[in-house]
Amino acid sequence: MTPVWRRGLLWCGVAVLCAWTLVPIYLLALGAFGGREIVSQWPKPFLPLGLSLDTVGAFLAIDGVWRATWVSVQAAAMCMVLALLLGVPAGYALARFRFAGAGSYRLLILMTRAFPVAILALPLTVSFINLGLYDTPFGVALLHAVLAVPFATLVCASLFQGIPAELEEAAWVFGCSRFTGFLRVVLPLALPGIAAASIFAFVLSWNEVFAASVLTVRHRTLTAYLLSVLSESPLHVQFAGGLILIVPSVLFIFLVRRRLFAMWGIGNR
Amino acid sequence: MANITIDRIQKAFGATRALEEISLEVHDGEFLALLGPSGCGKTTLLRIIAGLETQSGGRVLIGGRDVSALPPRKRGLAMVFQNYAVFPHLTVAENIAFGLRMAGADKARMQRQVERAASLLHIGPLLARYPAQLSGGQRQRVAVARALAVEPAVLLMDEPLSNLDALLRLEMRAELKAVLAASGTTTIYVTHDQTEAMGLADRIAVMHGGVIEQIGGASDIYHRPRTRFVGGFVGSPPMNFLRLPVRGGQVALGGLTLPAPATAAEVVLGLRAEDLQPATPQDGFAFELRVAEPLGSHLLLTGTTEGQLMRVVVPYADGALPQPGQVLHLRPNLDRLNWMDATSGVALETRA
Repeated sequence: MTPVWRRGLLWCGVAVLCAWTLVPIYLLALGAFGGREIVSQWPKPFLPLGLSLDTVGAFLAIDGVWRATWVSVQAAAMCMVLALLLGVPAGYALARFRFAGAGSYRLLILMTRAFPVAILALPLTVSFINLGLYDTPFGVALLHAVLAVPFATLVCASLFQGIPAELEEAAWVFGCSRFTGFLRVVLPLALPGIAAASIFAFVLSWNEVFAASVLTVRHRTLTAYLLSVLSESPLHVQFAGGLILIVPSVLFIFLVRRRLFAMWGIGNR
Repeated sequence: MANITIDRIQKAFGATRALEEISLEVHDGEFLALLGPSGCGKTTLLRIIAGLETQSGGRVLIGGRDVSALPPRKRGLAMVFQNYAVFPHLTVAENIAFGLRMAGADKARMQRQVERAASLLHIGPLLARYPAQLSGGQRQRVAVARALAVEPAVLLMDEPLSNLDALLRLEMRAELKAVLAASGTTTIYVTHDQTEAMGLADRIAVMHGGVIEQIGGASDIYHRPRTRFVGGFVGSPPMNFLRLPVRGGQVALGGLTLPAPATAAEVVLGLRAEDLQPATPQDGFAFELRVAEPLGSHLLLTGTTEGQLMRVVVPYADGALPQPGQVLHLRPNLDRLNWMDATSGVALETRA
């Protein structure tokens, strides 16, 4: 293949991938900013004309949206922290130690994802009420962390496996304990991957709606709140809600994208 | 003072025994090479000394202090790893300063030591770079500088040159020797490369199958191997071994009659390829040539004596090569005979 062809194919791929993610966001934005008419209009105007912030403003004025957003942020942040607190050490253990049952442990971690939340919902609600966790961001975060930990653990395990044990041994020889060696050598090298795992945990919690709906009544997360409130709203307000829901995920990933892509030695340090 | 005493160290990985009761004394300031083929336990022994591996039994003493149960950081040593193990997220300067930083050295001392170690290994201009921007040889220099910067009492090196290409290896070897001799650090150096061991070390410990077969100076190991393994492993070409029958307390080798060193029915005679000289049929033995290879100043002859494989190195000026099939007569240098037990392969003492 000539270089021209290769470049052509590469750009085709780039275009398809961009369209795949950007077109839905574009349509969502169009509905959110375009008002009542554009949502039902077909063919849609390519360039959004007559944009207004009215709909978004109307949406943000809905009673309780800000409070629900705050609950969502709290729950997602706690979910992220919990997932890392459990996933990083568990991943390290899987990567560095040989222990009896390591293989089945790996499998069992995945198995936690096999429990359908729908079946767990009722007993969980009862125990959460008994524990005083019902209708709190922490309760939601706890359940979301359960969903996020397997991924965090396995990602961390493969990250740590990719870091040569010799580097850690060098750290020990030159004055580190296992813990300080981890902090000074393993962690900085694994940071891009850990950032990816934490974003995943955050976004997972932010987007999750079923468990959040079941476990909260008054202190709903944004998704759960919108699900109950917007089902009776006009279409363009629903679009505005959808757009506002994806903004934090996109922003967060955008902010840490350098950490995600920077490979040591290749990235621009 | 940092002499190292290895006292009956054993190591077993499950059912396989990697090290059998190894005892070894390394003197203060000495450079000892652990030489052996892969799987002989030399790296395991080094890692036990470093504290990166736990021994199944025995003790390690550094400077008279029992460090057997201490983690690596409390043993007062530095190490150079086979794959360099320089930290990719730190600059060269930060890498070299790592040990000092962990030891809580002040800024001035840190800077002084880093500069000294870097200039010693000629990497002064690279201090601000990251390891990814360095060649393999430069990374190796960083690894050595990092180890020297902490001024360790004991320096452990695990095949530090094996990942470098041949020319660079030769250059680094000479430099290492000079740098280490100047620092006076007690050094244990693991290698499978006999020329490295012979060129660098004050003493060599040849290991095989989890035991030390022989410890001695390079020439001792080379000329007086204590076992057949050592003779065969050290030297290129390896030592020749002729299995000869003993008759009436004497061993006949062509026209030569040698006093037998033992009363066994058979003995093994070890001969270095260059310890043989041309002779007549009366005072030598027959050697039937198969292949002659010119090696520049010398000629490597491969053939048979008494039906057994034999390699001979003779000086070679210009001239015709001996032809395959030709029978030459050779006599050994009588000071350089190495008699060995035919079954155990252990050297037989022929003189006090």
